[in-house]
Amino acid sequence: MALITRTAGALHRRPRLRLTLLLTAPLLWLAALYLGSLSVLFVSAFWTTNSFTSEVVKVWSTDNFHELFTVPVFRQVILRSVGVALAVTALCAVIAFPLAFYTARIAKRKWRPLLVVAILTPLWASYLVKVYAWRLILSEGGLADWMLKPFGTGGPGYGLTAAVLTLTYLWLPYMILPIHTALEQLPANLLDASADLGAKGWRTFRSVVLPMVLPSVAAGSVFTFSLSLGDYITVQIVGGKTQLIGNLVYSNIELNLPMAAALGTVPVVVIVLYLLAMRRTGALSSL
Amino acid sequence: MQLSRSARIALRVAAGFGFVVIYGPLLLVLVNSLNPDRSASWPPSGLTLHWWSVAWDNSGARQALWTSVKAGLGATAIALALGTLIAFAVARHRFFGRDAISFVVVLPIALPGIVTGIALNSAFSTVLEPLGVGLGLFTVVVGHATFCIVVVFNNVVARLRRTSGSYEEAAMDLGANTFRAFADVTFPLVRSALFAGGLLAFALSFDEIVVTTFTAGPGVETLPIWIFNNMTRPQQAPVVNVVAAVLVLLSVIPIYVAQRLSADTATGSRV
Repeated sequence: MALITRTAGALHRRPRLRLTLLLTAPLLWLAALYLGSLSVLFVSAFWTTNSFTSEVVKVWSTDNFHELFTVPVFRQVILRSVGVALAVTALCAVIAFPLAFYTARIAKRKWRPLLVVAILTPLWASYLVKVYAWRLILSEGGLADWMLKPFGTGGPGYGLTAAVLTLTYLWLPYMILPIHTALEQLPANLLDASADLGAKGWRTFRSVVLPMVLPSVAAGSVFTFSLSLGDYITVQIVGGKTQLIGNLVYSNIELNLPMAAALGTVPVVVIVLYLLAMRRTGALSSL
Repeated sequence: MQLSRSARIALRVAAGFGFVVIYGPLLLVLVNSLNPDRSASWPPSGLTLHWWSVAWDNSGARQALWTSVKAGLGATAIALALGTLIAFAVARHRFFGRDAISFVVVLPIALPGIVTGIALNSAFSTVLEPLGVGLGLFTVVVGHATFCIVVVFNNVVARLRRTSGSYEEAAMDLGANTFRAFADVTFPLVRSALFAGGLLAFALSFDEIVVTTFTAGPGVETLPIWIFNNMTRPQQAPVVNVVAAVLVLLSVIPIYVAQRLSADTATGSRV
């Protein structure tokens, strides 16, 4: 008992000691295990492999990065991946905005929390199940074909379009939520003031609502963009022959780990650049 | 805000469309699990519960479920311990590198899963394998815990920020020592945040496929890996349908409980 009291006293008097005890285990885990292996991976991007034995040759060279920028296939895939990520982000924003506007400002006040839950629940449905759902929809003779038959066409089938649609579906909640929160927190008196000054709905929307909500759209886009950029499972399941950067990384792991590592730096660098760009909009503080 | 009648109607229609987009595919999964055919053609030729009983007896799916539960529990336990420690350090202390820590906690989930996956994979195979620890359930747990820390951290840190340290100080003024103050005052304050964070961590681990792919040894198959491996096999299609439908129904639970427990998790966001 005395020992416990003494330990408690010692801990209380020494905040530094307390902090050290708190941080030792988690920092060992995150810094040594996670950051350590990450840095080894990125260093290995500067190694090469023996093309006969596939063994890693630990000699420093920038060949992989040189290849990354000069081999046309790599360039195409990188551009396509960024294009897909931007398209998914734009689609998410277009679908999310009216939905969030409805749940935050139009729906009856007592229904709003329930509607938010209704949006949240599918967020926690399994990633794979959601992709599977789209595999069903887009399958031959599936729901998409059936719905479009009266119009004389079929569904898009598996391919780039399917990948964009599925990724949009997957990350949609990440866009809806921040926009909903921003719209809900919009002070009513600003809108009243705008109306008092003679602005009609559309003008108020453009000059008051939109500028105040844009940082949240940017915050949501951080998720939709980076999650789309790194994905390779969805593309494998519904993308047909489409290749994105994640697929290239995946297909290089067995035979050429250094090249896979170099390819892996691409989404990381692009995401960091995207984050820096978004920081200027004030998006990161509303994450 | 004054909106014209037509603008209101247009927004209602657009929102309705949004909800159809969100729920349509999940409903389709449920309906498809009752489809007597093996193909996914629409509309189904009838409705049957036959495949549900077939799936119930599928040992592969059961085993995968069990593996997922074990991995999830292990990862959640580690994430709860580490995430809470960091949350207390960040919320109750000022020190050099505090912002960097918040950043490093988010990193495993912000970077593409494949990058985290191959980094951990090569670390495990170069460091652990020479020590005789091969890839297996243990490495899956370690991998999952790494990105689960963030949800526990976020929940607990949000709670700690809202409850000032003055309660603990008051307890200590009344004679409680550090441990007593923690047990009687601090812990009850953060308990529900811990529970909510743990639940979300478990759900996150339960759903993870990419990091699992790279950290699981041969023979270790979690439920998402099982679904992925069986998705393209026509023979297994009906069982995959049922498993998918079950997961849709189960996904309601963690978000419902987390919602009830703690207002901090209202966003349910991963970050």
